[in-house]
Amino acid sequence: MMRIAHAQLWVLDQDEALSFYVGKLGMEVRADVTMSELGDFRWLTVSPKGQEDVSIVLMAIPGPPVFDEETAKNIRNLLAKGAANTVFLTTDDVRRDYEELTARGVEFVDAPEERPYGIDAGFRDPFGNHFRLTQTTDS
Amino acid sequence: MVFAPPARHLLRAKDLADARYAEPLDVDDMAAAAGLSRAHFSREFRRAFGETPHVYLLTRRLERAAALLRDTDRSIADICFSVGLQSVGSFTTSFTRMYGKSPAAYRASFPPASARVVVPSCVVRAYGRPQYRKP
Repeated sequence: MMRIAHAQLWVLDQDEALSFYVGKLGMEVRADVTMSELGDFRWLTVSPKGQEDVSIVLMAIPGPPVFDEETAKNIRNLLAKGAANTVFLTTDDVRRDYEELTARGVEFVDAPEERPYGIDAGFRDPFGNHFRLTQTTDS
Repeated sequence: MVFAPPARHLLRAKDLADARYAEPLDVDDMAAAAGLSRAHFSREFRRAFGETPHVYLLTRRLERAAALLRDTDRSIADICFSVGLQSVGSFTTSFTRMYGKSPAAYRASFPPASARVVVPSCVVRAYGRPQYRKP
């Protein structure tokens, strides 16, 4: 049986990512391992409290030999333009989360609004990754 | 941290248009959100996203209006004002130009909202925004 284990987001800086995903969003670190044998590659994963079997990999954008400078620069630009990725989160109380996260300095792009499928809000991480936060009608 | 590409500030202006299109927002407000002068901002925005901030804001408003035409029975004038446009006449003209149908004909061409598949609103917004067409 297939299951989702991790999905990856590009970040410009892993320390800043950590302070956003843990410090502001309140997620927990699942793994933070630096491998000297891989040029100090850092495997950093986080996920919401209570959801330990699925995590987001916060991946630094690598330069050579993984990506040439031009490719790395293109990824950074796409991220900054909001053309990278979207993560869809659900919650049991989006209005409470909106208040709490806004107070902690999370940049919301859409305040909670009623939709046919629930109450939906949207925010970005510091780098441009897009998140939806939805309280679904049946939750 | 690694220096963020300048486009991150332009994205903030684009997000502002998406979030506050219903208010009397204009390109000057978008430029301020990006921290750039209006002329420089318009050039850089176009370079990053392929269309001017004016066109982005207008087509965002028309996309929201189209969604309200499909999903509600509110009057056309009411919809026009509620997406931040000031004149029903120019709304009708721009809408007809972008969508190839008047607001009333567009509304009539869709089945009742309840009959359609529900996708997230951010998808509706991204994919429903019309291609800009010059007058």
